[in-house]
Amino acid sequence: MSDDNRPFAIRKYDAARLRDALRKMYLIRFFEEGAEDSYMRGLIHGTMHLSIGQEASAVASCIGLTDEDKITSTHRGHGHCISKGAEVGRMFAEFFGKEEGYCHGRGGSMHIADVTKGNLGANGIVGGGLPIAVGAGLTAKRLNTGAVAICFFGDGANNEGAFHEALNMAAIWKLPVVFICENNKYGMSTSTERSTAVKNIAERAVAYAMPGHTVDGNDFSAVAETVETAIARARAGEGPSLIENLTYRWRGHSKSDRNRYRTKQEIDEWIARDPIQRFRKELIEHAILDESEAEKVATEARQEVEAGIEFAKSGTAPRVSDLARYVYAEENA
Amino acid sequence: MNAPTRQPDADIRELSYSEAIREAMGLALERDERVVLMGEDIGVYGGAFQVTGDLVERFGADRVMDTPISELGGAGVAVGAALTGLRPIYEFQFSDFAALAMEQIVNQAAKMRYMLGGEASVPVVFRMPAGSGTGAAAQHSQSFEAWFGHVPGLKVVQPSTPEDAKGLLLAALEDPDPVVMFEHKLLYKMKGHVPEGWYTTPIGKSAIRRHGKDVTIVASAIMVHRALAAAEKLAGEGIEVEIIDLRSVRPIDGDAIIGSVKKTGRLLCVYEGVRTLGIGAEISAMIAESEAFDFLDAPVLRLGGAEAPIPYNPDLEKAAVPQIPDIESAARRLARREV
Ligand SMILES: Cc1ncc(C[n+]2csc(CCOP(=O)(O)OP(=O)(O)O)c2C)c(N)n1
Ligand SMILES: [Mg+2]
Repeated sequence: MSDDNRPFAIRKYDAARLRDALRKMYLIRFFEEGAEDSYMRGLIHGTMHLSIGQEASAVASCIGLTDEDKITSTHRGHGHCISKGAEVGRMFAEFFGKEEGYCHGRGGSMHIADVTKGNLGANGIVGGGLPIAVGAGLTAKRLNTGAVAICFFGDGANNEGAFHEALNMAAIWKLPVVFICENNKYGMSTSTERSTAVKNIAERAVAYAMPGHTVDGNDFSAVAETVETAIARARAGEGPSLIENLTYRWRGHSKSDRNRYRTKQEIDEWIARDPIQRFRKELIEHAILDESEAEKVATEARQEVEAGIEFAKSGTAPRVSDLARYVYAEENA
Repeated sequence: MNAPTRQPDADIRELSYSEAIREAMGLALERDERVVLMGEDIGVYGGAFQVTGDLVERFGADRVMDTPISELGGAGVAVGAALTGLRPIYEFQFSDFAALAMEQIVNQAAKMRYMLGGEASVPVVFRMPAGSGTGAAAQHSQSFEAWFGHVPGLKVVQPSTPEDAKGLLLAALEDPDPVVMFEHKLLYKMKGHVPEGWYTTPIGKSAIRRHGKDVTIVASAIMVHRALAAAEKLAGEGIEVEIIDLRSVRPIDGDAIIGSVKKTGRLLCVYEGVRTLGIGAEISAMIAESEAFDFLDAPVLRLGGAEAPIPYNPDLEKAAVPQIPDIESAARRLARREV
């Protein structure tokens, strides 16, 4: 036992890594604000699901990963994507439907992926990523790559059959998977109290004989520590874990939400628990950076987002004649 | 249809397509204690497309039930409830998610009566918002009519007007067998005349939306409206198009289509689902096997969805399904026999 009682992340990671984590949290926040703004101006069509307020969960869950490790993400996946190393310019390009986008304009917000960085993709289907993460775990085990698969999903997804089937298979085959439920209290308008028979989703781990942890998902260090333990267990061949990050989405479910199922007071209470401010304060308290350096991180993130939007705007529109491209492998590729 | 020439009239009450569906569900809930609505976020949220709207306030959460995000289970509960005496209407948030519930719809609901030798009945209705045009990309924009149309035991309807949306939903509710209703998302806000009170639109009967002698277009859902717009332009060139609104995919109204083709000698099928192995293939084959074959003056044409998932980029998305100019030029080529 060490007598160092600083938060886990401060003990574990060097200043550069911590600064990068703060940068990513700001990038997520500003990326989504920028996407929202572009949507309002009619530059982006379709819909989008913002994760503003959930940044700690995404970044802290990915801080211990390498590009060999895989993640599966969700419809609310911009944060996971940035945490796993995506460039915001190419993400914006995808939103703007451009060839330079991660999916060459074919996928949009709900399908962004970056397989070169181990991001197997957001998903338009609730629960769609759960068995896929187990498949990634199977590959890692068979090929002995030492990689883990982090599977993000929402509280709503835990009621899909795919959740239960996936956890069971990961457990019986002892696969290196970490299931991370981002419990933001609601699946669209339906609260977990109304949708889910157990109080904490982590309790469901018992049914699949794996460890289950419920964590304050807005506490960067708490998430990083819990995920780190689960990753170590997975890499050691001891099998999967289920982690539940308690957090909150500040925005509506999507662009069409009238927020009739929750109170203004509840939203405000959670806004007061801003995970970015909290982490920033923690870094300053422990002298990782000072106020002006923190401000610089934020400013640079903002500039990166602005540059990303400009990059996207000047991108290339896909050719309509390429409509059926990418349906199958190309003949002489 | 909201014909621009119509005079305002006390008898002509207009509702949107989604209001018409809500009115049908409200009437059903009022009239029959056995009716329950089930689906994700259909209560206080009012449904992803605001179709159930205020019904939860009128009828309570016991009859307008928010389900967890559990399509297979939810659809299956509806099937079990229908089997044992309730009249459930199960709303999928998007028809794409019916793929998660195929087991209960296809293996259970559709076959139950048959497997049990006629001793059981599954009077369930599945409502499915369908189609592209909203920028929601590959997993939220599909048209599965032909998939479900391929299953004996199911009935499949696809209204194109508010009046039919209400009438077909009430017909589906009265029907003793499982009915899948596809609702095109781009039609939800469209207004049109809707009669008051309880009435049904017969399942299995098409409707002629425009009379013409030169080319028959068989279309469904949003494609009916695109075909009507194309026909208007072609009329200016002296090409008279007859438009049949399919309304039911299963059973399909063969007699009406055969009758029209015997008159025009030319047939164009327009549908949003993927072109290959789709509704148009069935209609073409039906004509080839019928007495209308001898009346054909040109090959039968199909316009359907591209052989690709629905893309996100708006220009690609438009190009992925038939648009008015595509219909116009195909019908013109047929009329001039340039095919
Ligand atoms: C299979 C399926 N069912 C329903 C939906 C519609 N839908 C999209 S997100 C969502 C809520 C998901 O809730 P949760 O898993 O808690 O994630 P959150 O949105 O809160 O991040 C729903 C119902 C869908 N995309 N896929
Ligand atoms: Mg949620």
